[in-house]
Amino acid sequence: MANIGVLIETDSNGVKASNFGVLSAARGDGNQVTAFVAADAEGCKEILGRHGVKTVVELRSEGEDLAARPELQAKVLAEACKEYGLEWLLGLCSSKGRDLLARVAALTDAPLVQDCLAINLNEKTAVKPFFSGKTTATLSLKGDFFLASIRPNVIDWNEAPVEAEAVTFSSSSRDEGRLAVKEVKKSGSGRVDLSEANIIITGGRPIGSAENFKLLEECADTVGGTVGASRVAVDLGYAPHSMQVGQTGKTVSPKLYIACGLSGSVQHFAGMKTSKVIVAINTDKDAPIFQKCDYGIIGDLFEVVPVLQEELARR
Amino acid sequence: MKAYVCMKHVPDTAASIRIIGGKEIDESLKYIPSPHDEYAIEEAVRLVEKQGGEVVLVTVAKEAAVATIRSALALGPDRAILVKTDQTFLDSRDTARILQKAIEQDGPADIIFAGKQAMDTEGMQTCHRLGAALGLPVVTDVVRFEAGAGQATVEREIGGGEKEVLEIALPCIIGASKGLNEPRFPKLPDVMKAKKKEIKQIDAGSLGVELEQAMQVQMLEPVPERSKARIIDGGTREAVHELVRVLREEAKVLD
Ligand SMILES: Cc1cc2nc3c(=O)[nH]c(=O)nc-3n(C[C@H](O)[C@H](O)[C@H](O)COP(=O)(O)OP(=O)(O)OC[C@H]3O[C@@H](n4cnc5c(N)ncnc54)[C@H](O)[C@@H]3O)c2cc1C
Ligand SMILES: Nc1ncnc2c1ncn2[C@@H]1O[C@H](COP(=O)(O)O)[C@@H](O)[C@H]1O
Repeated sequence: MANIGVLIETDSNGVKASNFGVLSAARGDGNQVTAFVAADAEGCKEILGRHGVKTVVELRSEGEDLAARPELQAKVLAEACKEYGLEWLLGLCSSKGRDLLARVAALTDAPLVQDCLAINLNEKTAVKPFFSGKTTATLSLKGDFFLASIRPNVIDWNEAPVEAEAVTFSSSSRDEGRLAVKEVKKSGSGRVDLSEANIIITGGRPIGSAENFKLLEECADTVGGTVGASRVAVDLGYAPHSMQVGQTGKTVSPKLYIACGLSGSVQHFAGMKTSKVIVAINTDKDAPIFQKCDYGIIGDLFEVVPVLQEELARR
Repeated sequence: MKAYVCMKHVPDTAASIRIIGGKEIDESLKYIPSPHDEYAIEEAVRLVEKQGGEVVLVTVAKEAAVATIRSALALGPDRAILVKTDQTFLDSRDTARILQKAIEQDGPADIIFAGKQAMDTEGMQTCHRLGAALGLPVVTDVVRFEAGAGQATVEREIGGGEKEVLEIALPCIIGASKGLNEPRFPKLPDVMKAKKKEIKQIDAGSLGVELEQAMQVQMLEPVPERSKARIIDGGTREAVHELVRVLREEAKVLD
């Protein structure tokens, strides 16, 4: 039995569902799980307890807003890891998760594996993609404290209810004043982040304009999904870079990925290969994407997608 | 202004990777500068074009990286340092310590640009470790950079289309992401000029860094591609209806 810490991510609805796989991995066969939250430990403790967390720790600094001070946030988290005698600190491989874990790893000089697809806490090994998803590497780690970020949606979870207690960890450390968040620019789309989405509908070159992405957005909205874009669609200005899926964009792992008008380049596949099911809609029966996905419909996306939306809405 | 760019030499992203003996790869491939590092180079070159000074590339790699470094020098940096190692997979932790020593040996940095992640081993941590080693603040996933007096303003993507605007004290480390700029396309004179630029080669061993290999590759395995799609045909309505049925009832990926 080991002491495992998990960095929990929350949004306006509380604890994100994408944390549950990480918590299952942390529990393993009976580890003691401590969760770290940025705020409202009391409000998170019921749901985290259901996932086997014994202690929910709210990180605080005396006098400073941790959310605006990434360096101090990492310092306080590193102090808490020591205080709780953790062997591992796990989190999500989201923009925020991987940044904070890398900061803590740098401060503690401990091994860190980002974007894990699987992890063995006892053996101190982790499996992650190398070469943009063309291979996986098993890394073996040396040391006495380890960190790992886990790709959202790749680890199955189940509940294991215990009674959780909420506590605060307060640090008197000071920020060095070298790095500060001044503003957060919201996107206003209200859709789940690509890297955590369960259903993604992506548009490629033939989408033809930013306006036409609405077609995909409306379709995605019927199933609570999110919209992505190929690099070509982004570079032609049809979609912002934050929507790009692939090697130089986001890595995603949804249950269902629907590619509309994409040829199936290696660089695109690098970002979405670990999706559970991949569907392609393409006018060209010989498009390379049909050689490496699960289901295909040969047809014009402008005809197929509106019908898809109707069929998805029908229950 | 002395700007460093950490540039990794990686297999071409389109190349297929052949694994040898379970933990090495066949390196007779085309290699390129790691794609995010090209944004780092462009940003450093633009900054020095504006403020004067020099851009120094630093690469830790096998000697074969010289060709990749030449191609990167055509994008504008003034000179390069190649720290030679015989390791195929040097982990981000050892790499950061070597980069630190190489930079300290060459002289203090006013700013260091790197990529947010290396396209081969995807460590996603070298910037942060280098920052800790050199005592500099770090920000990665940077899509906008503006240098001011003693500090810079940057934007980073934080998911869901949201961005954080941050202020960071100089000198610092910037981890570049696609979206930061549009790298220039080298013209023939740039390529010719790059041939004459200095590439200083030093041995990693001479920097006095003991490799600890705390994150060692134990095994590499190929990820098989999916096989051919099951094409669902018929008229649009019919095919889509069947697709949704299959996704719900067989694949169970829809509620
Ligand atoms: C270093 C590097 C990094 C890269 N990173 C990425 C990345 O992160 N993400 C990424 O996506 N790409 C990336 N690329 C680019 C990649 O190589 C491809 O160029 C790109 O993915 C192709 O985009 P596409 O599929 O939208 O367009 P295309 O390849 O042009 O394919 C369009 C497809 O749409 C089909 N089609 C046409 N009209 C219709 C219609 N009306 N209905 C349905 N189908 C239709 C066509 O048959 C064709 O198959 C990268 C490239 C490099 C070199
Ligand atoms: N061997 C290397 N030589 C030079 N720069 C490197 C090397 N490894 C990593 N880097 C830099 O660090 C960035 C992030 O790498 P990583 O954290 O390993 O994914 C890369 O984009 C490079 O800018």
